[in-house]
This record gives sequence, C-alpha cells and structure tokens, in this order.
Amino acid sequence: METVKLTIDNKHVEVPKGTTILQAAHQAGINIPSLCYMNLPHLAQEHKPGSCRVCVVEIPGRKNLVPACATPCTDGLVVLSHSLRAINARRTVVELLLSDHPKDCLICPSSGNCELQKLSITMGIREINSVENAAMSTYRKDASPALMRNMDKCVMCRSCETVCNEIQTVGALSAVNRGFMAVVAPAFEQDLTDSPCTFCGQCVAVCPTGALTAVDNTFHVIRALADPNKFVVVQTAPAVRAALGEEFGYQPGTSVTGKMAAALRALGFDKVFDTDFAADLTIMEEGAELLDRISRHLNGDKNVRLPILTSCCPAWVNFFETNYPDMLDVPSTARSPQQMFGSIAKTYMAQKLGVKREDMVVVSVMPCLAKKFECQRDEFKVDGNPDVDYAITTRELAHLIKIGNIDFKSLKDEDFDRPMGESTGAGLIFGVTGGVIEAATRTAYELFTGKKLEKVDFHELRGMEGIRTATVNFDGTYIHIGIAHTLGNARKLLDGIRKGMYNFHAIEIMACPGGCIGGGGQPLHRGNSIVLKARMDAIYKEDFNKPIRKSHENPEIIQLYEEFLGKPLSEKSHHLLHTHYFSHPKQ
Amino acid sequence: MYKMQLLVCGGTGCRASASATIVEKLNESLKAHGLTEDAQVVTTGCFGFCEKGPIVKVIPDNTFYTQVRPEDAEEIVAEHILKGRKVARLLYENPETQEHVSDSRHMGFYQKQMRIALRNCGVIDPENIDEYIAREGYSALAQVISDLTPEQAIDMVKQSGLRGRGGAGFPTGLKWEITSKFSSDQKYVVCNADEGDPGAFMDRSILEGDPNTIIEAMAICGYCIGASKGLVYIRAEYPLAIKRLQIAINQAREYGLLGDKILGTNFSFDMELRYGAGAFVCGEETALIASMEGKRGEPRFKPPFPAEDGYLHKPTNVNNVETFANVPVIFLKGPEWFSSIGTEKSKGTKVFALAGKINNVGLIEVPMGITLREIIYEIGGGIKNGKKFKAVQTGGPSGGCLTEKHLDTAIDFDSLVAAGSMMGSGGMIVMDEDDCMVSIAKFYLEFIVEESCGKCTPCRVGNKRMLEILEKICQGKGNMEDLDHLRNLAYVIKDTSLCGLGQTSPNPILSTLENFNDEYIAHVKDKRCYAKQCKALARYTIIPEVCTGCTVCARNCPVEAITGERRQPHFINQDICIHCGVCYTKCKFNAILVQ
Amino acid sequence: MTKIKSLDDLRQKKQQLEQNMEIREKSDHPESLVQIKVAMATCGIASGARTVMNALVEKIKKENIAAVVTQTGCMGYCYAEPTVEVKKPGQDPVVFSYVDVKKAEEIVDKYIRNNELLDGILPANYQTI
Repeated sequence: METVKLTIDNKHVEVPKGTTILQAAHQAGINIPSLCYMNLPHLAQEHKPGSCRVCVVEIPGRKNLVPACATPCTDGLVVLSHSLRAINARRTVVELLLSDHPKDCLICPSSGNCELQKLSITMGIREINSVENAAMSTYRKDASPALMRNMDKCVMCRSCETVCNEIQTVGALSAVNRGFMAVVAPAFEQDLTDSPCTFCGQCVAVCPTGALTAVDNTFHVIRALADPNKFVVVQTAPAVRAALGEEFGYQPGTSVTGKMAAALRALGFDKVFDTDFAADLTIMEEGAELLDRISRHLNGDKNVRLPILTSCCPAWVNFFETNYPDMLDVPSTARSPQQMFGSIAKTYMAQKLGVKREDMVVVSVMPCLAKKFECQRDEFKVDGNPDVDYAITTRELAHLIKIGNIDFKSLKDEDFDRPMGESTGAGLIFGVTGGVIEAATRTAYELFTGKKLEKVDFHELRGMEGIRTATVNFDGTYIHIGIAHTLGNARKLLDGIRKGMYNFHAIEIMACPGGCIGGGGQPLHRGNSIVLKARMDAIYKEDFNKPIRKSHENPEIIQLYEEFLGKPLSEKSHHLLHTHYFSHPKQ
Repeated sequence: MYKMQLLVCGGTGCRASASATIVEKLNESLKAHGLTEDAQVVTTGCFGFCEKGPIVKVIPDNTFYTQVRPEDAEEIVAEHILKGRKVARLLYENPETQEHVSDSRHMGFYQKQMRIALRNCGVIDPENIDEYIAREGYSALAQVISDLTPEQAIDMVKQSGLRGRGGAGFPTGLKWEITSKFSSDQKYVVCNADEGDPGAFMDRSILEGDPNTIIEAMAICGYCIGASKGLVYIRAEYPLAIKRLQIAINQAREYGLLGDKILGTNFSFDMELRYGAGAFVCGEETALIASMEGKRGEPRFKPPFPAEDGYLHKPTNVNNVETFANVPVIFLKGPEWFSSIGTEKSKGTKVFALAGKINNVGLIEVPMGITLREIIYEIGGGIKNGKKFKAVQTGGPSGGCLTEKHLDTAIDFDSLVAAGSMMGSGGMIVMDEDDCMVSIAKFYLEFIVEESCGKCTPCRVGNKRMLEILEKICQGKGNMEDLDHLRNLAYVIKDTSLCGLGQTSPNPILSTLENFNDEYIAHVKDKRCYAKQCKALARYTIIPEVCTGCTVCARNCPVEAITGERRQPHFINQDICIHCGVCYTKCKFNAILVQ
Repeated sequence: MTKIKSLDDLRQKKQQLEQNMEIREKSDHPESLVQIKVAMATCGIASGARTVMNALVEKIKKENIAAVVTQTGCMGYCYAEPTVEVKKPGQDPVVFSYVDVKKAEEIVDKYIRNNELLDGILPANYQTI
C-alpha cells in the first residue's frame, strides 16, 4: 500500500495514502476535536461535510486553516493542531455554535450525551463572546408520535440528513432555508407526521445534540404503575437485554436479561413478560403463511405472491406503505411481535388473569422509535383501547430504573412470569438482522419436510453485510432467501423485485443497521460498529445457550394454540394476529 | 446595400428605457421618408455607457446619440439620415467643456477603454449569427478543431496568460489542462453565468450582446478537454440573456456549428441551459454544480476539484462568461498579442461595472494595469456633483474598500489582493465624502448574511454576529471591545470558512477597519457619524440666530425634547432626543443643524 | 439555413456576410480611410446629391477602395450643389462643387487614386462637430 509521511504537532506519522489528517492524528494519539464528522464503516458511509469547522488545523504556508476531517494527508505535510491560530479559531467557532444554541442543558433530553456539551467542556469554554441579546435561530417545534424535533438545538452537522437520505433513502430530512436560518427539516417544513418519515429513529441515533430526540413516555408508565386500578404488564423486546447494560456501565455485549426482569418487577409491574414469546408466535403465523404460499406456488398457483416479506419491523412497514403502495399484498400479514403480544395479553391473558381489558395496561420496552407509532395505529385498537398502551425505549427503561432508585448492578437475576414469558432461541434472534428469517427457517424446515432439523445455526444468514442472500435446502426443495438491513438496502431489493430481477421465496427486512440491536431507541451508539457487533454476539450467544431453539417447540406457544387460538392461520389468529396495510404515498 | 446603419442598444438597461420602442419608431420614420433601402436599424448589445442610455449610434459617421426617447426617432431620421445634419441636443456633452462630442471615440468614457470581451457588444445584432460570423465568428473554433491538437490549443491559452475573470484569477489554460488529463466517458464544460455581485452586470451584457462568442469559446474548451457537452448555468433573472443565448444556440445548431461532427471534423459538441434561482453562493463552482444536479445549492469541500469530480461526478471545467468571451480572440489574434496587453501576471483586459457616486456609470473594459485614478477620473468622469472622493469598493461584497492612497496603483489580480481587496467579478463602486464607511461595511455584510448558504459555522453564525456588532456600533452603543471582537471574528471567519464566500466576506470590514479606523473610533468613542448616515448618531441642534421661535418643531417632536418660549430661540434636549429627524423636516427656516 | 460543413464553407460564408458589416467595421477607424461626405441638405438633394452618393458608394465598392461614404448637412455652398468633401488620411479635406455622376467617378479615379486635383474645388471655411 502506498503510504505518505507527515508531521502532526512534531510527531512523525506514516499513513496509507488517502488518510485524512483527522484519522492520521488519531493514529498518532492526537485527538483533534470534531463535531459534524461521522464515520459508519459498517455501512460504508463516511460523513465529512467539513462544515462545522471545529477540527480546523494549521498547515504553515497555506492561506487558510483546513478541516482535519476532510483534508487528505500528503507527503511531507506539516500540521499544527494546537497552534495559537488553530486554537483561537476552534474556540471562536465553538463559541459561535454556542452563541446560537439554547443554554438549557440542565433539562435537555441529550444532557450528558451531547457532543456540543462535551466539546464545550473539553475546550474549557467559560464565556461566549457575543453582543447582548444576540439573535438566536428559532424554529417551530415538531412532535410526532415517535420523535421530536427541536431544531433550535441543531448545529447543522447534517448527520441526520446523511442517514435519512443516503442510508435509509427515506428522504424526509434535508437542509432548508439559508444563512443564519438554515436548518434541517422535512420539505416545506412539514411536520414529520406528514413527511415520508418512517420513524426509524436513526436520525435520533446520530444527532449529536438535543435537536432530534425520542418521545418520552416514562411518566405515563410511572402513573400507570401507581394507579391501583390498573394491572400493568410489560414485555421486553429481544434486543433490549443486549444493550440495556450499557446504560449502567456494562461493556457493550453484556446480556442483562435476568437483571432486567428483576428491575421491572422491582419497578412494580404486575407481570413481567417477554416479547420473545410473541416472536415465537410470529414465527408460527408467518412461517405458516410462508409454507402456504410456497406450497401453493409449487402446486402451480399463479396468483400467489412471492417472495413473502417479513413485517415485524414497523419502520419498514411505514416505508413500504409510503414507497411501494403497489406491493401491499407482498409482505406477510402477520403482526409484529409487539402487537401480537398486546393482542394476546388483552384477550387470552386478561381472561386467564380475570382482568378487564380496560384495566390492563400493556407497556412494551423496545429498541425502537417506530414502535411508539405502531402501537398507536387505529387497526391495533379495540374500541379505542390500544393493544399496547405505551412503547418505551431501552433508554427510557434505563431512566425508569434510575428514577426507581434501583441499583441495577446489584440486582439478582430473575426470570419472566409465565405464561408469555417462555421463549426459544428463535424468538431471541429477532433482535439481529437475519434473525427472523433464521427463526422462520428453523420452524418451516421441520414443518415442510417433517424431519428434525439437526443443525439449527444458519451461519449463511448471519452477518453485517447490507444485503445477503442464501439458499436453504428443504430436503430437495431449494428455498431462496434474501436479507436486507437499512431501508436503503431494502429499497434496492424491492426495486429489484419490481423489475423481476430476483427469484426469492422469502425476504427479511429490518430498517436499522444491524437489525433491532442498532435501533433508534437503544443506548446511543452513534454508529459505532464495534458496539453493534458486540450486541449481536451477545444475542447469538444467548440463543446458543437456550434449551429450546425452535419456536414451534415453545411449550407455552403450544399451550396457547391448544387453549385459545386453535392452529396457525385460524380464524381467531386472523382476527388477533394479522393485519392489513394501507397505501400512504407521500411527497 | 445600406449606406447607413442605426445601432440601437438592446441591453436590459436601455430596453428598460424603451429602446425597443425607439427601434419601432426609427423604422416607421425610415419608411415614411422612403429610406428603408438606404438605412437599416440594428438592435445590438450594450454599449456600456448606461449612465446616458438609451444609446443610438449612427454608422458610418459614428454619431453617438445619448438618452434618446422614442419621440426623438423622427428627428434623427429626418435630420441626420435624410439631410445629414446631426441632432446636436442628443449628443454627449463633455461635462467640463460643455462641448458636444459627436464621435464616441472622442468621449472620455471610451478613450481609455480596450474592448476584447465586449468587442461585439454594441456592434452586432446578437440575435443574428450572420453578423457574428461576419466579424470572424467561429473562425477560432474552425481553426482549433481543424488545425490544432487539444494540447496545442491548451498551450495557446496558457501562453496567452488568460486568468479566470470570475474572481479568483486561476490560470484558464492550466484549468483546462488539468481537466483534460482526467479520463472519463463523459466530461462537461460549464459556463458560470450566475453573476451575483451587487451592481455587476458584465456577464449579462456579454450574453445579451454577443452570445455566440460564449458558444464558440465553450466548444473550443470542449475540444481541448475532451467534452462533448456544455452547460450554461444562468440565473433565471436574466430573461433577455436567456432568450438571446437560446436563439444563438438554435442558430448555431442550424448551421451545424453545434452538434455532431462540427465542420466535418470528428468533434461533436452541444449545449444546454440550466437556470439558477439567483443564489449568490451558486457562483462558487461546487455549489453551482450541486444546483445544476438539482441539489441544494451549497459548496462542498475541495479537493476533489470539479476537474476530477464535477457535474454528475464527471470531470467538469467551469469558467465564467467573461473568461470565455476572451478565448476566441486569443486564437484569432494569437496568444502573443493577448499577452502583450496588461501587466506581468495579469494579461488582457478586465470589464468593470462602474457604479456609485461617479458621473459616468456603466460598463467599461480596460487593459490590466490601468490605475484607479484613470478609471474614476478619466473614464468615469470624476465624482458626482463635484464631491470629494473617499473610497472605491472593488470585488463586490467579497472585496475591500480602497482609498485615495491606492488611486495610482496599477490594478490587476495581485495588486488588488495586496491592497486588501480583490478583482472579484469586477464590481466597482465609488464612494464620496457623504458615505459612512461603517454603514458601507454593514451594507455588504447584510448582503452576505442574506446570501450565506448556512452550511459552515463561521459563515452562518459568524457573519450574523459581525453584523450585530456593526448594528450596535451604528446605533452608538458600541465599545472598544466590540472592535476587538469584530476584528477577531473577521480573521477567524476568513481563516476557517468552507468556501470563497465566507473566506472573503470579512474583506469589507477588514479593509474599512484598516483604512477608516478613525471612523469606527468616531462611532464608538465620540458616538458620531461624520458622514451623517447613521441616524441614531446624528445630533440635532437649533441655530439660535436662525430660529424664529415658531414652535413648530416643539409641537411636532414626538418625545417633547424641544423646549422654548414663543418667538424665542428653541432648544433640543440631547438626553431626550431620539434622532427621528421630524424637527429637521418640519422647520421652515432651516434652523435645525444636523451633525 | 444550410449547414456549414467545413472550414472553407465558413470562410465563404464570412465573405458573403462581410458586406453588411463592412460599414460598421470601417466606422471604427475612419482616420485610416478616405472619408467622403456628400452634402445632403434640401439644396443638395434637389440638385441630385442622392444619385451622386449612390454612384460614389458603388464606385468605391467596385474599385475596392478603403473609403467610407457618409452624408452631411448643408455646407453653405448652396450655389454649387451637389458638393462632395473628400478627406484623405493625413490630408486636409477638399470640397468639390457641381458634382454629378461623371464627376464623382473622376474624383475617385483622379483625386483619390492619384492625388490629381480637379476643377471646381471650393475653399474649406467651416468646422464640423
């Protein structure tokens, strides 16, 4: 590899050609501060607009300072990262940013997690040199069911724009207005709800400040818990247990399932259940649907729509309702695990417990922002009463635990309540990209072939590549599988299907990078791929250690069908566990 | 064959003063006098002497009629065309000698000019490609594509020493050479016609007066760099330029001067227009390209330069209109001829838009190396109303204010930068003793704050903060720390901004701080604006000897700051006065003194 | 419009088109040309100045002489119309009287070409603007 030699702050560095000054400095142990720069190597996306100008460094002889994040190293380059000129400029730039930023850090949702705050601390800024009553750029606040925009706090790093447009291809956010009033917003400054936004929350995950944040439902939950007339049950999604620990100082990749269950019980939830149970249920319904479609296809039915697309990701559902209204009959009609859980909890479980529907409150803990939108959909309500009352994120759960004065680290592991607490490894791996289709394969194989599946680990379906394909041998019948994570990759697959390029039987799609483990409701990882990989490993490890690893072998699922539903795709199933989609083409 | 021709300016300025009607009336009169065989009316591009428009020039005796109205048409025809008697009242009058000057060549405005880029403006009918061809149009293209290799042609441009006329003065030949070296299935030639400096209109005039020269030059550039496609990014506010350029493109296509296998060679080239919405920042080449691609018009970090990664990520060469207008001449007259004009490092001529407190407002083209004094006093005819010269602002909002001491500097790209200003696209605004330099700096900054794209922090927030400081100073609320803060901000913004707009936006402030520091001090310390432009700093007093004690001022003062007995001199309490100026306008005896 | 197919085509086209532009080209540098002014006031026109002017224009074109023909007002020699003033580069103007078509051709052949003076020269006693 061709390399170049340069000097940064009198340190000699040799780096591959094309390396930026920022990366080279990092290699030399020099931390040049930056703000707008964002690197997402697992998504092959380096966002370096060179616009915040925080990382400016001096190159003696050049007319102007240069941004370290965007300037490539050249042979013999001399860089001064902390000359008086560079420090004064950097400090002035940060002061300028702060001069147009609200000073309500104490009550900001991003307090403690804010890159601008960190920058101000690092640089020791104690006053902002600007005229009295200097103008602030202020904008209309926008609150959607899932995420909120307070663009007064926008620093124009445009990371959200890159994520929304380049990675997700949703196109809800872009820069509007000019000069001092320039800001990132939906077209025509619409509300997010009226925009093509899917509420995937990836913009929130990368926002360095409190400009884009999640809707906070913690207090609704606290009120419900305190209400003696309410029976509050909670479900926790697979990906939550793999990341919650990070909020309490655990290394990424530490699974805290037992402590989480204990904490929820300590918070006062009447029943602590597991969404993984509902994930197993999803496999029963979706798997049956897949087999039905494949069997009809193999029998020559020309009307059957293949491939079948998974439908557990609510941002993905929003995405295809907006962008592919002509393909609404392609995805599985199975509801997502969150909604299946809510539906069963407020019927089967309510009956079992003798609790009236209106007295039961279902709270879900999700790694996701779109789940907040999903549970408010009209089709998931009975006489106005939603199947799931509140969806809170992993981060909100961490807050709840802290508000509840619970010392998380000292908790003893506990188990979920039963039934609806038992789950298999198949349900658990819903939390990572490729997991849903692997779980479905484990069940469909046995149902289709009537044979026992010896090797349950389908490594060919795992990984972080954006689009993956695999063919699974169902005892002589070859099933072609596609997997995509991020909506941009989903779009590539969908466009290919529209053009008739692919020949898949089933496709799994997850909106977030890495699947739910990289969801917008998770502890903020800012696109750090090492964190995502660790969470993924934690999930597969837990799956490996599970005694039962196929959904159809979950005894509580078998019991549910025996006692209540009958069989998959039964009329009751259709009524409680399936849905239909709506065309929402938007600008 | 016509014995006489009447050239009527059809530029936007003169059209706004009914030059189209003048053409109609002239034709009517010629018809009425039976002279349609002898004389022809031709609508041309701009003559540059916009101060005195509309212009009608009679050929062959070169009679230059100024400020012609439609009702003058009959007299011009009846007297001059029919009887050969010049209409004296419409001739230019030398302001010093009060003598009529008939021949434009003897007018001070034209004497020191040298027209290369504007060579055809005011001479040919821009809507008729034949007139361009008759003036050796497309000969340069023909010569280049028939007889020269791209390398040879690029060499000639390099030898000529031509530098980009859009502002930064990058060597044109070098730019072409760099773009030519990147290989790609498709490359683009882009003409930057997004002229945005306040008061500058040379690009518009060239496009309106001589659109074919741009087409020819772009085709030559296309041949040199290996591009078959040209794009003109032109602002939608230039409807006449758009119309004429489109006519020229259509005519060139019909002649086969654009299209496949031009003049029987293997070179193919065609072009299209792209409209800009008038954002100043889109004059920056990467922002311009983004805008052409349908994206938000904002610059991006360079490298990579457009030569490598331009329009649709293809190698792209962007040149400004005036730069292109020089190209055919270099081939027709030779690079040696071109490089014999101008200074050591700046060759050829430069077009300036002369404006402000000057007698001859208009568009001029002068050889590089001319002094500001020659431009202002000889071509420009000196300061209006005999006032005293104070400063000249060059380079638009990105330039600086130069003073008396710079008047004898030979101007070129480098000397202007050394003096703390820049060539820019050639705006030149002259200020006199009545102009407040703090207000002038504020004016330019207001423009920049409006036009900043908002991408990078220093330009987005920093310019706004500088403006706030200037506003504070003009309000009389400034202090000395504000000046230090202003200076620091200006240096940091210059040092850290992403594109040329931000990097140059502090120039008006830095140059006025440098050259007119005493005015800033006066505003801050003495709370005085001696040019009387900052209303909040104006001090209103009553001259007791003149005051009749009529009480009108006292009765009209909104804050009751004026006291005094009837028929006795009145008095303004400075602590109460809000500087509204009502007393000044109401006083019938000129007893109010404004300082 | 017919296409211009080659460099030669373009040259030919240019030559055809030059005529109309010639008058403008010449007006740019009249000092280097012979300037011929025909008095075209009422008296001149009445005496046939228009015919004389047409003849001059055609003659110089035919003979390919670097000259520009313009009209001017009454020079004050109403008795001697049509009058024609000829100014050769670097020389004082000369005014010819009683010019008709024949004499016009003579002016070109003799005075302009060979500097031979003709009869009927009037003293120049005016200034022009």
